[in-house]
Amino acid sequence: MLKQYLTKNLFIAVMIALSALPFSPKAAEVTKEQIKGLDEQVQDIKRDVLELTTELSLLEEKLLFPSNTQVSLFVSLEGDKKFVLDAMQIKIDDKVVAKHLYTFKELEALRLGGVQRIYTGNINTGDHLMTASFIGRSASGNQFRGSADFAVIKAVGPKFVEIKIIGGNSPDQTISFQDW
Amino acid sequence: MLLRIVILVAAFFCCFPVFAASGLKNVELRDLYFGEVLYYAYQDMHFEALSRLDIELKQYYKIDEPNLDPLFLNLGQAEFSVGDIELQYRMDKRAGKAIQAVLGSGVDLATRNQAALVLARMFYRKNDAASTIYALDLIHDEVDLTKYRGKSVEELRGEEPENFKTDVAYLRALANIDTGQFTRAVEILRSLRNEKSLQGYVLYNLGIAMLQAQQEAEGLSVLGELGRLETTENDLLALKDKANLRLAYRLLDSGNAELAQTYFQRVRLDGVYSNLALLGAGWAAVALNRYDRALVSWSILHAREKSDHSVQEALMAVPYAYGKLQAYGKAANMYNQAMDAFAHEIFRLDASIKSIREGKFLKALLDEQSKLDQNWVVNLRELPDSPETRYILDLLASNDFQTSYKNYKDLDALEKHLDKGLADLMIFEELIDIRRAYQEPLLPEVEAKFKKIDARAKLRLEQRTSLTKKIQNMLIVPRPEYLATADERMASDRIAALEQYMADHPGKVNDDLANRIKRLRGVLLWRVHSEYNQRLTDAYNHQVALDDMIEAFKIRYYSFIRTRQAATQSYEGYQAPIRKLRTGLFAAQRKLKGVMARQGRLLETMAINELDIRRKRLEDYQIKARFALAESYDRAIKAELEKQIEDQNRLSKENLKRPESEKETQKQQELTPPPEDGVTGSDSSIPDKFPDS
Repeated sequence: MLKQYLTKNLFIAVMIALSALPFSPKAAEVTKEQIKGLDEQVQDIKRDVLELTTELSLLEEKLLFPSNTQVSLFVSLEGDKKFVLDAMQIKIDDKVVAKHLYTFKELEALRLGGVQRIYTGNINTGDHLMTASFIGRSASGNQFRGSADFAVIKAVGPKFVEIKIIGGNSPDQTISFQDW
Repeated sequence: MLLRIVILVAAFFCCFPVFAASGLKNVELRDLYFGEVLYYAYQDMHFEALSRLDIELKQYYKIDEPNLDPLFLNLGQAEFSVGDIELQYRMDKRAGKAIQAVLGSGVDLATRNQAALVLARMFYRKNDAASTIYALDLIHDEVDLTKYRGKSVEELRGEEPENFKTDVAYLRALANIDTGQFTRAVEILRSLRNEKSLQGYVLYNLGIAMLQAQQEAEGLSVLGELGRLETTENDLLALKDKANLRLAYRLLDSGNAELAQTYFQRVRLDGVYSNLALLGAGWAAVALNRYDRALVSWSILHAREKSDHSVQEALMAVPYAYGKLQAYGKAANMYNQAMDAFAHEIFRLDASIKSIREGKFLKALLDEQSKLDQNWVVNLRELPDSPETRYILDLLASNDFQTSYKNYKDLDALEKHLDKGLADLMIFEELIDIRRAYQEPLLPEVEAKFKKIDARAKLRLEQRTSLTKKIQNMLIVPRPEYLATADERMASDRIAALEQYMADHPGKVNDDLANRIKRLRGVLLWRVHSEYNQRLTDAYNHQVALDDMIEAFKIRYYSFIRTRQAATQSYEGYQAPIRKLRTGLFAAQRKLKGVMARQGRLLETMAINELDIRRKRLEDYQIKARFALAESYDRAIKAELEKQIEDQNRLSKENLKRPESEKETQKQQELTPPPEDGVTGSDSSIPDKFPDS
């Protein structure tokens, strides 16, 4: 009788103890093959999405910026590597078409030789006045501004203009234009 | 701070400096759109860079005269960049093909060599050291002049980037270490000892390679040199700590605990390896039987964040040392504290596992803030119900987790691209509908008007062509009558009519009248012939003026034609491509969702497995602490009893010596409670904590 009583109580005690334990079954093993296999699938998806994006971008360009009216403006930096470009503003025919505030990464990319497409739009064939303005800082932190005009002659084909901010020392930074 | 730790922990295993994005620096730009590709590549926006580069190359390959396109001059770099950016975007499969294509194409030697280096790095990243060496062997110094004719040696050679040879040699040394060619690695690394850009890394790997190449003394000396390096750079300071730590543990394992302590002490107390160093310093002291000195190191460690593995070991080590110093009560108390700490940590681990299973981990990994925040690991932990990241720091730093995590983030970004693409298609369709609704009713009317204008324009252009021909002919054969004015023509016609009348009726016209008619004819002929040259010049000038007007007209004419064509094209011919794209986007979306779910589960599994390992380790510690606590308590009791027996014996001996009156006083004193005067002051608390014992 005593033995039965002890056995029963021991069983209950064990059950209570087990139920009190946190439920934490081990998750499945992760193998190198699984990681590699998934990595390859991700690469396939990247390739698919890149191809689709290329098609989509071409369609977008054809639809929104036909070549006979397309104009694209690009910004590049040359010269003083310590010059900090804070902001750019572009006007075409006295109408602001683009404004941009630069992040640290964007500025670094420009310094390394990257070119930013700041605006793509549509204009009629003929002559247009473009005004490019910038706000920047010299290495010493002094803020200064610059502005320049350029006559955009739009012909039948797409028009590309590079806006270069050039200069040896920061306060001497000027804007020059290159028709491509 | 925590992110720095993750990076440094990663560096512990890899031990080579981070390579900059190769091949894309100092590009002499000839194409604006390629410049835009670089703009995104330099910002590590690889998807944007690749999609733009794909567009550029796709358009370039379609044009009839590619040599007239500005990309022609940057083509070699653009094709090389495809592989380079793909590699950075972890598209190894495609990148390998792209780079091998560059190796086989007619680019300059420098670009070819760079491509080979990029390929070698790709293999190295995939832990394929043999292929790394194979790719490095593709790098040549000499230009193959027989292969490409018509170019100068300078053109064929190209411009080799700075540090190229150093990078190649260093990567070869690392690959040699991985393939077990330690002697060869030692030779290369010895030649790189003075390279400033690799300072520290060369010494570390050289030391390791020497130890592996059975050059024990030299290896230890090199690591020792690194351990004494004067630097303020965080990465190098960590590497220095790592070298000291490695040396110290090696010395400790070989039984030289005294010297090991010197190296442990060189590790910074606030560095990433300080916990391991404090723990090791304690064990070195234990090896010298200096438990009091061990306690100094371990006590510092004991007070630190409890989730660290070294700290958890210290929670057990400190009472162990107290036990060895026979402070059993203190030891028992500290084992008790350790058990509490382990229980608390197990609770946190369970909560973390639960939060991972509920999907909070994946949500936290994709938190937008983490993209902008350098301390994203810390923030991850601070997000509501997110898992405790301190336990998975090693996991977070591991290559497998990083690959999976980056893939998961990439998939999330790709999903957003696909969503945006589908939304764009809807907008395009709406735009097309609006254009159609506006243009379709207008176009027939415009077309009818245009037809009329077109017919008139064609007539006028024919007239102009005829006039031009006449003027050209008049330069050869003068024809004054062609340049007569309208009045002169009318007068000439009337005179001709009169002359005809005279001829038909010879008797009816008198001589005077006939003479007058002749004179008029003469005057007219005189005027037309005498003014011919001037009139021809005027006619030519008018033709030139007309040509200008016709040119202006043609510009307007063709502009209208293009506008009319653009108006039609603005809504015609999009249905099929949009349908095709939408199908493609939906298919990619379905595929992506499946892979993303699997990738997420994999990340969760990795994290749970890691937490589970830590949990099991804590459970083991708990069991050990429980036994150690019981043992300490027994020893404390035993020591107390032994002391009491000793006291009794001493008192008995003294009683035997003392007179009866003093014995009475002694009895009185024994009835009052004893003063707190055990093994240690803290021992008195033990019975309160363990009444059952």
